[in-house]
Amino acid sequence: MSAEAHGHMEIPFTVHARPDTGLYNGKLGVWLFLASEVMLFGALFSSLILIRTGSTTPWPEGWKELHVYPAMINTFVLIASSVFVIMAWANLRLRKPKVARMWIAATLLCGFAFMGIKGYEYSLSFAHHHFPKTNNFFAIYFTMTGLHGLHVLGGMVVFAYFLTKGWSMHEHEYQRFTNRIEIVGLYWHFVDLVWIFLFPTLYLL
Amino acid sequence: MAQKRQVRVGSQWMYARDAEKALSEALRVMKEEEGHHESFITKYVFSQDHKWIGVQYGVTALCFLLFGFFLMIMMRLQLGWPGEPFWVIKMFFHGDGKLLPEQYNQLGAMHGTIMVFLAIVPLAVGAFGNYVVPLQIGAPDMAFPKLNMASYWCYLPGGLVMLASMFLLQTKGGAAQSGWTSYPPLSDIASQGQTWWLVGMIFLITSSLLGSVNFIVTIIQLRAKGMTWDRLPFFVWAQFVTSFLLLLAFPPLEAAGVLQLMDRVAGTSFFLPSGLVVSGEVLKNAGGGNPLLWQHLFWFLAHPEVYVLILPAMGIVAEIIANNTRKSLWGYRSMVGASIFLGFMSFIVWAHHMFMTGMGQALSAFFQTTTMIISIPSVIILSALFITLWGGSIRFNVPMLFALAFLPMFGIGGLTGLPLGLATTDIHLHDTYYVIGHFHYVVAPGTIFAMFAGIYYWFPKVTGRMLNEKLGKLHFWSSFVFINGIFMPMFYQGLAGVSRRLYDGGIQYAHAKEAASATNPFMSACAVGLFLSQLPFIYNFFTSIKWGERVGANPWQANTLEWVATTSPPLGHGNFTTVPVVYRGPYDYSLPGSADDYLPQTTPEPGTVAAPVIAPAPVVA
Amino acid sequence: MSDHAIEQHDNQEHHDDHDSPENIQKEIRKYLGVFLALVAGTILTVWVRLGPLHLPEGQAILVALIIAFVKGSLVAGFFMHLLNEKKLIYSVLILTVFFFAVLMYLPVTEVLGKFGYH
Repeated sequence: MSAEAHGHMEIPFTVHARPDTGLYNGKLGVWLFLASEVMLFGALFSSLILIRTGSTTPWPEGWKELHVYPAMINTFVLIASSVFVIMAWANLRLRKPKVARMWIAATLLCGFAFMGIKGYEYSLSFAHHHFPKTNNFFAIYFTMTGLHGLHVLGGMVVFAYFLTKGWSMHEHEYQRFTNRIEIVGLYWHFVDLVWIFLFPTLYLL
Repeated sequence: MAQKRQVRVGSQWMYARDAEKALSEALRVMKEEEGHHESFITKYVFSQDHKWIGVQYGVTALCFLLFGFFLMIMMRLQLGWPGEPFWVIKMFFHGDGKLLPEQYNQLGAMHGTIMVFLAIVPLAVGAFGNYVVPLQIGAPDMAFPKLNMASYWCYLPGGLVMLASMFLLQTKGGAAQSGWTSYPPLSDIASQGQTWWLVGMIFLITSSLLGSVNFIVTIIQLRAKGMTWDRLPFFVWAQFVTSFLLLLAFPPLEAAGVLQLMDRVAGTSFFLPSGLVVSGEVLKNAGGGNPLLWQHLFWFLAHPEVYVLILPAMGIVAEIIANNTRKSLWGYRSMVGASIFLGFMSFIVWAHHMFMTGMGQALSAFFQTTTMIISIPSVIILSALFITLWGGSIRFNVPMLFALAFLPMFGIGGLTGLPLGLATTDIHLHDTYYVIGHFHYVVAPGTIFAMFAGIYYWFPKVTGRMLNEKLGKLHFWSSFVFINGIFMPMFYQGLAGVSRRLYDGGIQYAHAKEAASATNPFMSACAVGLFLSQLPFIYNFFTSIKWGERVGANPWQANTLEWVATTSPPLGHGNFTTVPVVYRGPYDYSLPGSADDYLPQTTPEPGTVAAPVIAPAPVVA
Repeated sequence: MSDHAIEQHDNQEHHDDHDSPENIQKEIRKYLGVFLALVAGTILTVWVRLGPLHLPEGQAILVALIIAFVKGSLVAGFFMHLLNEKKLIYSVLILTVFFFAVLMYLPVTEVLGKFGYH
């Protein structure tokens, strides 16, 4: 729709790769976005190190203060959802859109499961009167997991869109739809990757 | 060359095989559009056309520029004549016309924030970048038009939040007043205006993130056929490097913003050390935080940000100088290399803003070394521009005047930065008016003059009409005189030890009194003069849109694609009737043997050749 | 971009051998393998900390970070198919890694600063 509205020419390489870069626009775009996300979470990790090394009181041990096992289950949930979304993409490439749709739904369900378990964990912490203002350990725990949770939520919104309103695109622009799933997959794996680092640094060290 | 032309170009690359086909296609689309009937809202409010978004950015940013300047006028009135009541201050703050200290602090913080984040960057990147980059590389639009629209619509709310904090919170402690740098612990315990500032900043960071992704993808993916990297206009290169700086330097500030927001809203202590005493009482917070963490994260962004402010300006100046000297840029490749190097280095100099935090000599030595190194690429670019002038038959039109003024003004700004980059001298000069003078020379008569140059240069592209030359010259010469009248005395004040951020300009301090009272009234008068100098521009801008002299597609006889390949100005939707093919670099001016003194990038061979061409070594092997 | 490449692009309509069904099936098996490795890594990292080893803090941090790094590489390499990606993406990431390293240098400046000053 956007391309026609712009006049006589369509924007090139929205679907197919530009020969000299080998990439379509969206893929380069999402990697650039992820690069900025690396810097965002990098800055938070950097702050964590700085505050922890500069702490004058002993730094609380995560596994004593937090709830390791729910978080471990959450790790499994996220890893599984990463596999699911890549299964969706693989099935789209195999020209099996209906199977792919199931995998997208499964990914979305994992998102709900993750947020549910996360909420349960938060409620356990609150019950112990652990709040962001309690100390800097909890401050950074709530900030980082909260920001990560927002990213999960963002991914879930996108998956929900592809299951509902965005689904019809596969009928007339199959390749473009497949690309979209690849792109959201890349984002979702990155969210997974951040968690892989968050889990040990916050919960185990 | 001959072999080249025989290559068939696929449908993926060229959308129409020749002009005729494109024309019929265009007619078909036009008919279709009549059917669609784009509404006013989709065309002018939530537009996805890069040119209109560029205009939106430009107009909004110019309004913020004027507003930021107005805040400064109030500050300058107070500094020139401390404690005197003024009508404008009364109008703005509804008091008795005398500025209060906390109001002065608000003005300072908001002037800096508005000028950097809401005026200059959106003007340099959002407006010029959006409008010019796709045209110069031969692209039909930006790579992601919807993201582009979203970028503007994150910028505007961010700006409105900032404005709202000035107008709505005056009874509740006022807007942010901890300086544009928002150093904690002061900012952590400031009134709620600071929270609004943080929310506004998060909008602005999101906006520039969306924009930078879009620019990088557009420049990499949408260059027209033949637009190789070494044929890109320098302006595009400058925008390219700038976008990477925005992409990678802004997220740490976003992180810092989130942490400060947590400190203020959720009661955490990221930036609050233990046992902080506020108004005689120990603050009841967990403590254990580190105020320097903010400074690190802030300057990790804010130093690259300096180059975000200056690189697009250099790009604009380079385009205008090449065009008006009718010469090729001297050392194009060195300039490109220098700007890339500049981008890299800008990430490892941040702590030269923090020499006074007691960070130790080893680190000071490291950061002052990198700071000295980063001055080299700036000097390379500036020297290349100066050498380009050598032997040219210069056309002194208004854009060229502004571009020429940029060179020495930025030179002064850059050279006065050296003593600040050396830890020893910085100890004396830190937080004095010398610093203010230094960075304002870089940004105000530097970047803003380049922005004006760009406005005068590309105005006929946007509107199809010229800005009035006489009013333009009046604007230039008066601005040039007054702006130096404001900033030059600051070096003297700073060397005399007058601190910045003083509500009365320093007259209460014995050591600073003489320097301050001798110069402040003059500087403030110049500020008012500078304000009056902008009136001819504002008048010129609005009247020329309607009544300016009509010009054709290429009034400056330029080479770059935005002048030679587009549909005629004013540009509606759609950039080119056919996708342009590029055959040469952007600065082939006054080539020996060609009939005209310019050769558009779309020209395959030099036109009618009068004399035998003494061709340089063939570019294409 | 060379004209040659454009011509090539025209003739060969995008589908490389990469997209053959057999290949995709093979990839899917790989994903399952990676999944199992990630689960194992997660259990390992928890066991190292909460199991009978009782490593001192420094070593525990080192081990946990090594495991996390391996897991992260698996995700990036296979799920995000970085192992088989275009040069341009690598360049973007190398650039990011450089700036990320600078960012990680930031707490170092604080620690160094303390030593330098006292």
